Amino acid sequence: MKCDLCDKEAVVHLTQVVNGEMKEVHLCEEHAVAQGIDINSPISITDILMGLSGPQKSFATELSLACPCCGMAREEFRKTGRLGCPDCYKTFMAELTMAIKAMHHSGQHLGKIPAREGVQTRMKSKVARLQKDLEAAIAREDFENAAKLRDQIKKCREESVKDEGVKS
Amino acid sequence: MTLDGFLKRHGGWLEAGPEEGPVISSRIRLARNLRETTFPGWASKEVRNRVWSEVLLAFDGVADSKSFLRWRMDELSALDRELLFERHLISRELAERQTGSGVFVNEDECRAVMVNEEDHIRLQSLQPGLNLQKAWDVADELDNALEKSLSYAFSSKLGYLTACPSNVGTGLRASVMLHLPGLVLTEEIKPVINAVSKIGLAVRGLWGEGSEASGHMFQISNQITLGKPEAEIISNLEQIVLEVIEHEKNARLRLISKQEIRVHDHVGRAYGILANAALMTTGEALDLLSALRLGVDLGLLPNMVRREIDQLFIRIHPAHLQKEAGAVLSPEERDIKRAQLIRKFLEGK
Repeated sequence: MKCDLCDKEAVVHLTQVVNGEMKEVHLCEEHAVAQGIDINSPISITDILMGLSGPQKSFATELSLACPCCGMAREEFRKTGRLGCPDCYKTFMAELTMAIKAMHHSGQHLGKIPAREGVQTRMKSKVARLQKDLEAAIAREDFENAAKLRDQIKKCREESVKDEGVKS
Repeated sequence: MTLDGFLKRHGGWLEAGPEEGPVISSRIRLARNLRETTFPGWASKEVRNRVWSEVLLAFDGVADSKSFLRWRMDELSALDRELLFERHLISRELAERQTGSGVFVNEDECRAVMVNEEDHIRLQSLQPGLNLQKAWDVADELDNALEKSLSYAFSSKLGYLTACPSNVGTGLRASVMLHLPGLVLTEEIKPVINAVSKIGLAVRGLWGEGSEASGHMFQISNQITLGKPEAEIISNLEQIVLEVIEHEKNARLRLISKQEIRVHDHVGRAYGILANAALMTTGEALDLLSALRLGVDLGLLPNMVRREIDQLFIRIHPAHLQKEAGAVLSPEERDIKRAQLIRKFLEGK
């Protein structure tokens, strides 16, 4: 088996199921080390996914991209797997989206919302929750409920637009 | 109260609680960060100090803020930091941090707020026995109180933004601390750990790793923090924990019905060693106390109370022994003190 990033023999092999799809990662010793993997210690698949989730062609390039808010460089973030500030989520969105999906099998928050967040955030979150219920209803062919949920979502969206209008 | 005051008491989460045989305690941890503020691991000292001050001020909004004690890590000796760690009030990571890092602990030790750990705020709520709902209610209330004056980093898509993407969303880590000697002795623990791991939960030894966990103490927690409401994460975990408890109870029943003499021998030998040994390492003490705890659960040691053994599980750790002795002790001196402490406890029985 060859390394995903070069023609050398891969020494690190990892498999992870992401949304029902198998994803395999194979790395040679050199690239494993470049990814910050100590080949003698247990590895976290998330670290690997995080490192490989960007377009592989740009793997060695663009490492200089840095968060405009806190200055954390992509290279640093890939090494530690930790972000520098809340804004890093925007800066590194491309690689984070996949890593987050792999970890949580979801990309949409459905939990608590801080009281300080505005009506708009609450409404968006309500729509996301209804959307999830709608998908579940369709999956179990409960079309009666699905229709009700669809109407609720429509109503929420209309109200949301109205609110926007009032604000502006 | 000073840190030394802890030595004379035990945390409120060691009281009796639901399913108290196999379950020690339930914990809710919430990760929160301040808006437009660099995460602690990447922040300057100035920023970390500012975060500490902001959290300090935010405590004014907590109804019983006076019942909280607070310590900054740079004011504490290594031994004091270790003591807080052994009492499950701070993480190893916080103990190793300095400027701006600290902890707020309420007097019964059921609530703790770590500041400038991996995230600006790590809020924890502990309850005795299996009671995740109560732990959640307490954590939620404290979170709401702090939020009155703190602006959290939040996105409608990704929820609460955290330094590590593995905590993003709810920032919630719910966990249950379990004592599973039945499953270990019947050698059924590995399949149980494998099964639980496969459904997205993490199983760790409380001390030590995996099925080799010292004291047969395990912690089961959720891994996924995004895409589910808190209530669902908590109830999923609770369902699985209830199943594990069922397996543990069945294992104990099988032990007592099919291998009664072996169980008596296991508990009796542990008692014998604990009552007579002059040197005792932490690992050995944890394993032997585990046997004693099982003996209490099975009614083999009528004069002993489970809660007292649970307190010993904490008091035999190095920082507790040294604080109690009022001196820094070498490993061998600790082994002597540990053996003495346990012998004295058993003499009173």
